[in-house]
Amino acid sequence: MSHWKEFTKGIIKENPTFVMMLGLCPTLAVSTKAIFGLGMGVAATFVLLGSNILISLLRNIIPEKVRIPAYIVIIATFVTITDLLMAAYLPPLHEALGIFIPLIVVNCIILGRAEAFASKNTIFDSILDALGVGLGFTLALTLIGSIREILGAGTLTFEMLGVGFTLTLAKYKPMIIMILPPGAFLTIGLLMAWFNQIKINNAKKTSR
Amino acid sequence: MSGAPHIQQGDSIPKIMWTVVLSLVPAAIMAVIVFGIPALNVMLISILSAVLTESIINFLVKRKQTILDGSAFVTGLLVAFNMPANVPFYVPAVASFFAIAIVKMLFGGLGFNFLNPALAGRVFVMFAWLPAMTTWVKPHPGQWFYSFFHLKPVADAITYATPLNMIKMHGHQALLTYFGSKSALYANLFIGNIGGSLGEVSALALLIGAVILLVRKIITLEIPLSYILTVALFTWIFGGKKGLFTGDWLFHILSGGLLLGAFFMATDMVTSPITSLGQIVFGIGAGLMTFIIRIYGGYPEGVSFSILFMNALTPIIDRYFDSRFVFRMIMKKKMKIK
Repeated sequence: MSHWKEFTKGIIKENPTFVMMLGLCPTLAVSTKAIFGLGMGVAATFVLLGSNILISLLRNIIPEKVRIPAYIVIIATFVTITDLLMAAYLPPLHEALGIFIPLIVVNCIILGRAEAFASKNTIFDSILDALGVGLGFTLALTLIGSIREILGAGTLTFEMLGVGFTLTLAKYKPMIIMILPPGAFLTIGLLMAWFNQIKINNAKKTSR
Repeated sequence: MSGAPHIQQGDSIPKIMWTVVLSLVPAAIMAVIVFGIPALNVMLISILSAVLTESIINFLVKRKQTILDGSAFVTGLLVAFNMPANVPFYVPAVASFFAIAIVKMLFGGLGFNFLNPALAGRVFVMFAWLPAMTTWVKPHPGQWFYSFFHLKPVADAITYATPLNMIKMHGHQALLTYFGSKSALYANLFIGNIGGSLGEVSALALLIGAVILLVRKIITLEIPLSYILTVALFTWIFGGKKGLFTGDWLFHILSGGLLLGAFFMATDMVTSPITSLGQIVFGIGAGLMTFIIRIYGGYPEGVSFSILFMNALTPIIDRYFDSRFVFRMIMKKKMKIK
């Protein structure tokens, strides 16, 4: 497999949220606004990148039997870095994401990539893998957050500390349910159905 | 088993559905009498939205058109029956869209929906636009209405609430003061001179519709009876403020959406159990949920939530209370004796 494919596979073909259905807990919980989805995605991508690099470097040193505790310690290190950095420089985002920042430690995507990819591949491939999967996760969260925010609040926020923009639909009466938990399940369910349809269509094309 | 509805000889889906429409006509007429032209508008919008949604989806997925079988029409009408008369036009439109597109067509169309589409649509818009869905208008039938039914126009109130709202917020006594006497309260509830959703106000009209359905054998009595009796029993025992067995059970039967839900929604063939025993379990479960929400819950009314809840439990009920249930129980006892 070429290096480029290691990067692109995480975006659509092995999208962590819609295809592999990993890390759904933060996905459901924080995607009430586009900016929260984006922030969560970037935070997770940073942790994924750091842990993939370190685990790939240490893959011949970590003993097989204690690999999970070792991975968790490495992941927790980067999560703590993210947590403290965000608290210092982006306090509103830190407040909004709350407990879900520390919970990145137990995010299946990150441990999954460590176990399935970084522990077996070179550092260069691991970096590409982390970036691709992280980008897929970020795009998915931002997409869900945008849909829920537009329908549920009538706004689209890509603004943090005065940087960026916010769109507001003036005459729209927001459907509150979309920023409540049922809205998250509905949005994710429909997007998953859409991704499955893409997969089916692709399979049909290749079989012809 | 193939997908429901299980067609019996002589009955076709269009025949059943248009009979259901016929049985809903009395309640629809009553809604227009009590709430005026806005009620008619809400019904037209939601029916139009339901039928349009179904035909567009059928067109998009290249299926045979199914709008003439009347099921979308019924869903649209039932959605309208769950709306206040003065609701903004987009609320019934979105409710019908959600009912048909998400709950019915996405799961495979008629016979494959796992929830009652109309109720799911209603609950969706209820949580989407709560203020619009809980702002009730005062009933304003003409003077002839009062003389025809021998009713007296009730005292004017500044904010209007449904009877269930009143009993939840101010207690039973406030209700009696408002309507004058106990018999006037029951008469107004029975005829339909109360605030509420379009279809639920008139117990009389709903009972006429229910008789049509029963005579044409489209529904059976298991679910409605067990549902209503459970609500009556438990509100009688626990519903009163003065101690046990002081609850006003007749009020709880006549008010809110209980009759509408019990006869027209809980009996939906697709989302209720197959066997009589299962249907009785379904009714009792829905009745318990309704009672708990009405007496102890935060919402004044719980019929739609409880029916949806039991819809979701229907596969389990079907599994445990099938036709071999009694046989299995006997076998178990015999095994124990050995």
